[in-house]
Amino acid sequence: MERLVERDRPSLEFSLDGAPATAREGDTILTAVLTLRRHLAEPRLGDGPRAGFCLMGACQECWVGVDGLPVRACGTLISAGMRVATDRRSPSG
Amino acid sequence: MADPTIAVIGAGPAGIRATEALAQHRLPVIVIDEAPKGGGQIYRQPPDAFRRSPSLRYGFEANKARALHTTIERLASAIDYRPSTLAWNVWDRQLDTLRAGKTEKVPFDFLVIATGATDRVLPVPGWTLPGVYTLGGAQIALKYQGCAIGHHTVFLGTGPLLYLVAYQYAKAGATVKAVLDVNAAAAKRRALPALAWSPSMLAKGLYYRAWLGAHGVVVEDGVTPIVIHGNGGVSELTYRRAGVETTLRCDAIGLGFGLKAETQLADLAGCRFRFDRESRQWLPERNADGESTISGVYVAGDGAGIGGADAAELWGERVGLAIAARCGRPRDTTRIATIDRQLARLAHLREGLERAFRFPSQHVSTIRADTILCRCESIRIGDAMAAIRVFDVIEMNRMKAVTRVGMGRCQGRMCSAAAAELLATESRQDVAAVGRLRAQPPVKPIPLPWSSPR
Repeated sequence: MERLVERDRPSLEFSLDGAPATAREGDTILTAVLTLRRHLAEPRLGDGPRAGFCLMGACQECWVGVDGLPVRACGTLISAGMRVATDRRSPSG
Repeated sequence: MADPTIAVIGAGPAGIRATEALAQHRLPVIVIDEAPKGGGQIYRQPPDAFRRSPSLRYGFEANKARALHTTIERLASAIDYRPSTLAWNVWDRQLDTLRAGKTEKVPFDFLVIATGATDRVLPVPGWTLPGVYTLGGAQIALKYQGCAIGHHTVFLGTGPLLYLVAYQYAKAGATVKAVLDVNAAAAKRRALPALAWSPSMLAKGLYYRAWLGAHGVVVEDGVTPIVIHGNGGVSELTYRRAGVETTLRCDAIGLGFGLKAETQLADLAGCRFRFDRESRQWLPERNADGESTISGVYVAGDGAGIGGADAAELWGERVGLAIAARCGRPRDTTRIATIDRQLARLAHLREGLERAFRFPSQHVSTIRADTILCRCESIRIGDAMAAIRVFDVIEMNRMKAVTRVGMGRCQGRMCSAAAAELLATESRQDVAAVGRLRAQPPVKPIPLPWSSPR
């Protein structure tokens, strides 16, 4: 994902798989992660990483763990201090 | 008679106009919408931190978007508006909903199902690589998040949205490598008389295409996608046109072949479906008032059959007026006649669009056997075909049982169009004869800790 317009929104800090990371206010979790790296979820069925697909809550490919609960990354806004886990093999993913 | 309970599912163009018509007759309405703000997918509003003007965000459609947003904001205090709420089941004239981790039952006397649509997609080898998104998803990245799906994007598939999204990307400063339409130029030329039913829409379509060409974007018709290459993400796309294979370097692909109605809730409500030849999909039956075969259950907008946003607004209002009349309010026959005339005109336009941008069903049986068909369960086309043969499968739900295609978390939203074509080819039947996947509650996954009432 490439930030194209309205790039000057205030930044915020969150954690991605335990490491500190920076996002912008108004980012979804999906945007926050995919502007930092190319994939969202670790391989689940051994056919390579995924990065979401429909961005409108239909395909169900972007579930991640947030503070221990599963959420859809495309429909959930990031907030400061959020702990995002993208490894689906973990209990919360 | 006490006022009945009316529930509207979806706050897009259809849901908002249905609600408005009902509220004008002082009928109480419960509006259930999955999004935090009204507008639907087409007029989706960005999060608060974004400040770009509607004209930049929605282009030529900015006034329509703004009108709908103002309408739902104005109505919000007069109705029971429940945003960020998922309706995940319909059973025995009540809805099951989930909001902020709490389930709630919503009994209704009348129901408007205005659930909209998603992209209709087809498998292409490599389409599960990071960087491949639906066309609608590519548009949402831009209008909802100010992002492009990549640095060098190709738009591949067919439909009016293909050109619109490519134009919006290029206008916003993204690099669009190519727009590749699977339908031939001749099909579009043949459809011109029908498309002329809406001169403004035709003009916009021609304008987008001309603008892209004038700005150096490769625009090609009659394309066959071959393979998407990449390791950990998209790096190349190979396609064929007029017998010549071309490979483009790109890091993102927006993929879409028209739209597919979101009909799961109508199915759970018990509505009877019919196969629509023109759009090649199963749709709930409806009468002139938009009522399904279940009394009191109405369907409107793209969720009842792809008609576009303008038709969705009209159908929404039409359904609202019909329910108001059922609730003892005077039937506004003048307005109803006007709406019906406009809808008839838009139906001609839709025929033209379906003809110009056909779903390329004939391509499906030529896709490489090692291509993933079902993204949720990682089932490859060859494996699904082998199972169809071994078990003599002739019907979609049987196919689901023996192959798991459609059994994953998306409930077949992303694979069923291709799966039906494959099954039809393999079992030598018409695609209408293989049937459709039955919807299952919950229509979308509900996190386990939240699944029981508390």
